[in-house]
Amino acid sequence: MITREDVEHISWLASIKIEDEEKDRLVEQFNSILEYFHQLDEVDTENVQPTYRVVDLANVFREDEAVLSISQDMALQNAPRREDGYFKSPRIV
Amino acid sequence: MLAELRNRLRAESCEEHLLQLFERIEKSELNGFTTLARECALEEARQFDKNPGKGLLAGVPIAIKECISTKGIETNCSSRILRGYIPPYDAHVIERLKAEGAIIMGKTNMDEFAMGTSTETSSFGPTRNPWDKEYVPGGSSGGSAAVVAGGEAPCALGSDTGGSVRCPASFCGIVGLKPTYGLVSRYGLVAYANSLEQIGPLTHTVEDTALLMDVISGHDRRDSTSAEGERHSYLPGLHDGVAGLKIGIPREYFGEGVNKDVEKAVWDGIHTLEGLGATWQEVSLPHTRYALAAYYVIAMSEASSNLARFDGLRYGLREGEDKDWHTTFSAIRAQGFGPEVKRRIILGTYALSAGYYGRYYLKALKVRTLIKEDFLRAFKDVDILASPTMPIPAFKIGERINDPLSLYMADVFTVPINLAGVPAISVPCGFSGRLPIGLQLIGPHFGESKVLRASAAFEAATAFHEAKPEVI
Repeated sequence: MITREDVEHISWLASIKIEDEEKDRLVEQFNSILEYFHQLDEVDTENVQPTYRVVDLANVFREDEAVLSISQDMALQNAPRREDGYFKSPRIV
Repeated sequence: MLAELRNRLRAESCEEHLLQLFERIEKSELNGFTTLARECALEEARQFDKNPGKGLLAGVPIAIKECISTKGIETNCSSRILRGYIPPYDAHVIERLKAEGAIIMGKTNMDEFAMGTSTETSSFGPTRNPWDKEYVPGGSSGGSAAVVAGGEAPCALGSDTGGSVRCPASFCGIVGLKPTYGLVSRYGLVAYANSLEQIGPLTHTVEDTALLMDVISGHDRRDSTSAEGERHSYLPGLHDGVAGLKIGIPREYFGEGVNKDVEKAVWDGIHTLEGLGATWQEVSLPHTRYALAAYYVIAMSEASSNLARFDGLRYGLREGEDKDWHTTFSAIRAQGFGPEVKRRIILGTYALSAGYYGRYYLKALKVRTLIKEDFLRAFKDVDILASPTMPIPAFKIGERINDPLSLYMADVFTVPINLAGVPAISVPCGFSGRLPIGLQLIGPHFGESKVLRASAAFEAATAFHEAKPEVI
């Protein structure tokens, strides 16, 4: 069972602020969805390998060649806050 | 349709044709388009009228789902968090369309970040079904399907993570294909659940879907999951018929939970194919009942990782005064994402968190292996599989949106295909009242030719694809 505290902790991990009045509703919805997920427990997966990729491609390499990419101006064009050619972030520490 | 349109545009005026479409869109109540690239499209049309090119899609207008990057045209995944984002580059599929002379009309509405089955989670409000505007068009590529079915665009691209091309194709009475995983480059497709999704066409006819696949499929080294190999054409042999084709009917895809009209229309479809020389036999995909749970665990987990990039730093929403890093981003994400996206990110974060990874994510990936093996086993005995695309016809706007689990259940026959990575198409096969029904034909990995050939034979023998909704 997921609790109110769990919802607070996970949404903190997910970097999504949750308002107090949303929490009870989320607890209820999450528990009903997780209960549905628990039917996976019925499946015997003892000697089954996980499928990360359906098409068997692993370690696709390319030559390490320098090619033109987008310009600094283009990279910054969508940034809501920028300064002197940099993305401007909030204070980190 | 598209081949005739291409010839007609050459004989008449492409600009005139586009003006008529834009006029229709402006009067439309469907809410299918979100952004129109009107000036740019009309300029290209004028260029075409002066000097028509020779491309496979020369002069053909096309609508593009909001999550496929288009250089210079806003691409926002129908989310508040990406409003105003103008991609500095084109997705691979857009490069290919432009190289063949197609004209991008604009972007179409979708469930926010493709998370939904009804196009109701869009921050632009719901798209309406052209057959009955009280009903959903399906989702998540609901805008793309509605504008094609409603006569606002001759064809469109969508993306399919768990049914998002096939579901709206089914609900809107058109053709929609989810290609084999890796066949179409995902470069420039905004990622939701990257191990599941593919870009696919939405069109009026099977031939049009084959034509679009000829354009958009093929290797692209910028997508590390793109399949190697020569480009393939799906048009030659498309009309060779189904004589001797063996069709498997998965018993888990019929019966309980399937609407009676849907079940009857799909069986009528199977008998039509039988009448054309195909044979059918029952097969079993025994892990079908676990597919939905496995799908949602995997999709939510991947979403929680993929959507971590939306933090208002490089693009997107950034309001208010900056505080510390975590407080600022948590507030932006709370404002920018809608309820379904938040639900999936938070549940996905939970499924990947310490202590739960083995129970949810790893377990789901193992069940995914069993589901894939079900399909591989079935394709040893049969060439293709046939089933309903959706267990139900379109439902009313507002009917299910407050009960996420009931909405997830509607994806029961589409998600196993994405888990297995195989191709599947939805073709119109009947009506329930005035709402369309879709027949799903599923092929083995890279078996698009078989699926398209069977679909073309079915279409040639039926008239469902010719039915058009009244203009609303």
